This record gives sequence, C-alpha cells and structure tokens, in this order.
Amino acid sequence: MADAIASPLLQIKNLVKHYPSVKAVNGIDINLPAGVCFGLLGPNGAGKTTTVEILEGIIEATSGEILYKGEPPGDRFRKEAGIMFQSTALQDFISVHETLQMFANFYPRNTDLDKLIERCNLNEYLDQDNRELSGGQRQRLLLAIALVNDPDIVFLDEPTTGLDPQARRNFWDLINDIKAEGKTIILTTHYMDEAYSLCDEIAIMDHGKIIAEGTPKALLQANFNDVILQLPEAELANVNLDELNTHQRDGYIEIMTDDVNKVIAVLIENNVSLSQLQIRSRTLDDLFLELTGKALRA
Amino acid sequence: MIFSRFLALLSTRNKEFIRDRSSLGWNILMPVLIVAGFAFAFSGDIGKQFKVGVIHQTAATDISQKFLSLKHIEFYQIDNLESAIKKVQRHQVDMIIDAEKQQYWINAESPAGYMAEKVLLSSDQSGFEKQLVSGKKIRYLDWVIPGILSMNMMFSALFGVGFVIVRYRKNGMLKRLKATPITAFEYLSAQVVSRIILIMMVTAFVFYSTNLFVDFVMNGSHLSLFFIFALGALSMISLGLVIAARITSEETAGGLLNLFSWPMMFFSGVWFSMEGAAPVMQSIAEIFPLTHVTAAARSIMIDGASLLDVSYHILVLSGQSVAFLLFGSWYFKWD
Repeated sequence: MADAIASPLLQIKNLVKHYPSVKAVNGIDINLPAGVCFGLLGPNGAGKTTTVEILEGIIEATSGEILYKGEPPGDRFRKEAGIMFQSTALQDFISVHETLQMFANFYPRNTDLDKLIERCNLNEYLDQDNRELSGGQRQRLLLAIALVNDPDIVFLDEPTTGLDPQARRNFWDLINDIKAEGKTIILTTHYMDEAYSLCDEIAIMDHGKIIAEGTPKALLQANFNDVILQLPEAELANVNLDELNTHQRDGYIEIMTDDVNKVIAVLIENNVSLSQLQIRSRTLDDLFLELTGKALRA
Repeated sequence: MIFSRFLALLSTRNKEFIRDRSSLGWNILMPVLIVAGFAFAFSGDIGKQFKVGVIHQTAATDISQKFLSLKHIEFYQIDNLESAIKKVQRHQVDMIIDAEKQQYWINAESPAGYMAEKVLLSSDQSGFEKQLVSGKKIRYLDWVIPGILSMNMMFSALFGVGFVIVRYRKNGMLKRLKATPITAFEYLSAQVVSRIILIMMVTAFVFYSTNLFVDFVMNGSHLSLFFIFALGALSMISLGLVIAARITSEETAGGLLNLFSWPMMFFSGVWFSMEGAAPVMQSIAEIFPLTHVTAAARSIMIDGASLLDVSYHILVLSGQSVAFLLFGSWYFKWD
C-alpha cells in the first residue's frame, strides 16, 4: 500500500515519436506525482503538444513506455482523464447544456453538473448555441467538458491562448480551484507568467527533449544569481557598453548584473538619465531565452 | 456497445440536423421539386415514338422483315415474353410480336397499340394472330418516382454522413470524441441510425405529400416499401462511411462522393431502363446499391411485388450493408 501511494500517477519512460522528416519527441522521461500542476513549456515545434497528445492517447508513440497508476493507459485512463485540446470544434445548433449533457453521458462517473456549471460560470449561457459563444465562454465550456467526468488527471493544452488579460486571470482562478481539489494537472502554455503562477513543476522542451526540469523557483535560482536593469535604447545610444553583459529586447537595453551599484555608477558616469530605469528579477522568459537561445513566443 | 453513449450521440446528431433549418428544408424541398418538375414535363405524350418488342426475330419471314425495317418505330429484342407482356399491360410497350409463332400482343385500351397494329397489318399480310391484353397505363412519372425517391436517399446518405464525418474530422470534433471512452463502432452506429431515421422521415413526407398532387401508382405494401427504403438507406449510408473513413479534406470528400453518386444516378435505372444498355454496363449497374433499391421499390410500387419477389435485391443490399459497415468501422480513423 505504501508503495502504491509513493508511486507516481503518471510515468513516462524514454518516450520517442519520430516522423519521417522530424524527431518530434526524442526520448523524454517524466515522473508525475498525484496532485501536482506540471507545466510543459517550449517554443512552437518543441514537441510539447506531440508529447501531450501521446499521453492523451490521441497519437501513438514510436517507442517508450507510459504508465498511468502503474498500468499502460487504456479504458481506465480514458474514463479518468479530462482533456482540453488547444482547439476543439463544438457541434453547431447544440446548446451549452446539451453539449455538457452529451459528454457527461460518455462517462460512468460524473461530477455534479450544476456545480460544474456554477464553477465555470456558464449559467447565463446554458441555452446558448455553441456557435454564439465568445472566446472566453467557449474556453470555459471546454474546461467544463474536461471536468465533466470528475477526472483524476486533467490535460490543459494552451488553455488561455487568445483570451484577453481579464479572461486569462479568470481562467487561472478556475485552474487554481481544480488544483485545490487535489487533481493532477498537465498544462502546456506559451505564457511564462501563467506557468510561474500555476505550476508546481515545469519542464522546458526544445527539439523534442526536456532541457530543464524542476520547480520554477528552483530553476531560476539554479540558473541565475543576477538581476536585470532596463533602459530605453535611446538613453544608451552614446554609451560604450562593451564591459557590461547586455542584450536588446523590445526597444530596451537590458543589462544583466550581480552588482547593481557598479552598473549604476557606470551609467551616472556616462550622464545617462535614470528616470526610466527599471530593475527586475529574472523570470522564466529569461530562463527560456538562456536555455534555448530563442524568444518563447517567436 | 454502451447504450447510453450511443443514445447521447444519436440524440445530439438528430437535434443538430433538425435545427439546421436550411439543410432540412432543402432535403425535403428538393425531391418534391423534382417530382413536381417531372409531373409537369411528362404530363403529355409529346414526341412519342412507337415501341415494339420482338421475340424470335431471327425467324422473321421476308414479309415480317418489311415491317421490322419501318422507320420511326423503335424495335427491341425481348427474351422474356412474360415480363414484356406486363409492359404492354402498363402501356410501356405498344406491341409485341413473335416472329416465329406469328402472334402479336396489344393493349385493348392503348391508342398507340391500336396504331401499331394498323401499321403491322398494312405492311404484313401473313396473318399474325392477335392477342389482347388489358391494364391501366403506367405513366413515365409512375415509373420514375421510385427512382427519384431512391436517388434522393442516396444523396442524403452519402453526403449527409460522409461530408459530416469529414467536417468533424477536419475541425477536431472527432479528435475530441476519441479522447472519451466512446468507441468508433458506437459513434458510427449513432451516425447510421440517426441518418436512417431522418431519411425515412423525409422520404415518407415526400412520398405522401407528392402523391397528393401527382397520384402515382402504388400497388404494393407500404410496409414492404418502407423496409426496402430503410435497407437501401443503410446500404448507402454504409458506403458513405467507407468513403469518409479516412479523408481529412472536404474537397477530396466532395470529389469522391460525386465520383460514386453521379454514375449511380445515371446507370442505376433511375431515369431510364438499363434493359437496352450494353451488357457490360448492366453488369456494372449491378454493383450499385441504388440499382437494387430502385428495382425493388419499382417492383413493389408498380407490380405490387412482395418482399419474397424482391428477395434477390434484399440479399444484395444486406450483403453490401454488412460488408461496407464492417470495412468502414475497421478502416475508420478519428483524426
């Protein structure tokens, strides 16, 4: 019994998916304990969606082993998993309530539909045709569908892509609610603030491999011991920055340093105005850039 | 198969179709318009040419040959005297002559038969023996209606199922269903049953509503006809499943569905009899489910045939349905 509790909910061993022209997933290992929110990050084409779709049983792996609760995923997995794809069409001419009811009928175990509707804030749209839903309403319905079977494990593939900032924040609250229930979540996202805010553990993928894995804080601490000073490019146009560690980003010059006083002294010495100076800690965006050499949303 | 899952899919698909008013409207309106158009176009016997069936043509005497070489009369060779006589009874053929036994058959109530008889007697003095038959005239409209109903079923079956599956595969709906516990068999069964229900409702509506203003011939059992149409719908829906089993593009699906539906529409005996066609064409037509639905429905409606009488067509349609369904389920891919 003690072994059963200690064993991971999901184990992935040397997972490989090769297409004729590309190695989409190239030997990854993940051990996922129950109750964690696990973030899979990576640029477009890194292999994260392929990985997740293999786990969901949508596509077949070339090789490797997946164990759910110690067994190869089968009928039990399909009944206990909740899945929200990156994009899913819903049937036209069918209402929100009818859609939920149809999916509920697919599963032997259901969550309380009224509570689910309340939680996902779908009350006002229950009789609305799927075609008439806004982006945020639609995402909440897709999340409700993923939760209709009271799943033990929930896959959320870029759930907030395309939502406005307020809708994203509302969606984060929903995901935090699911986390609070102790459900295991696998989240893929392009948004680093989302991963930082929601995930207990993250893995960064590139070229089909996991290149870093751990808690967001631990990964940042392991890779950085400096801060970033930001100034508009125009302010530094006539300053020789050769001795500083810098790079350009979105019209700003970023100076990475573990000695802020020294950098500020250099800037003052060169008559640079500090009125627009910003100092920030390292983020997952920086970590990603450091590890992969490319901007995440490129 | 878990019945609650099947029913959930069936119920949702039915609601989707019924609420799509424009699609439902065209499914009902189109066949009504075709029947109305044919009723108007064939309300008279414009440009009629005499049609004479000939048996034992090789035994024709020189004098008989004089008649057989006349212009503006369509002569065709017959092998089965019994079925040919039925056509004279229905006014579909104006006269039959047996060149060997020197006999001819005409319908006592047919003006065209009377005229054909006069032409024969004026060109041939060998003393053909007259045989009279009688029977109500079968209009072209009566003959073509079973074909139009069957053809409408075919389009609804092939495009209604095939196209919908490809659309769902393309927009990711099938992928979402794949991630649930439902099986391909449950999903496909729901599609088949939903479409059969809808086809039968639409066909029944078209049948009874057009009969109000066209008053076509219906000599057989309505239940037998219902059975044949349901079996035909099953067969053609199953064919649609095979066509749509793996295609991911609506354009490819449209092309393939047209590739199947157009030859069936022209060479299944919907618009004209395949009796006079080349033997190879007749053999090809035997492959098409529409040929068997049309022939069986026509036999029931015009000849008053029983299900036993059309058992050959039932056997072929059943075999095709099972084969298409099994192959379609096996070959089916969700994404």
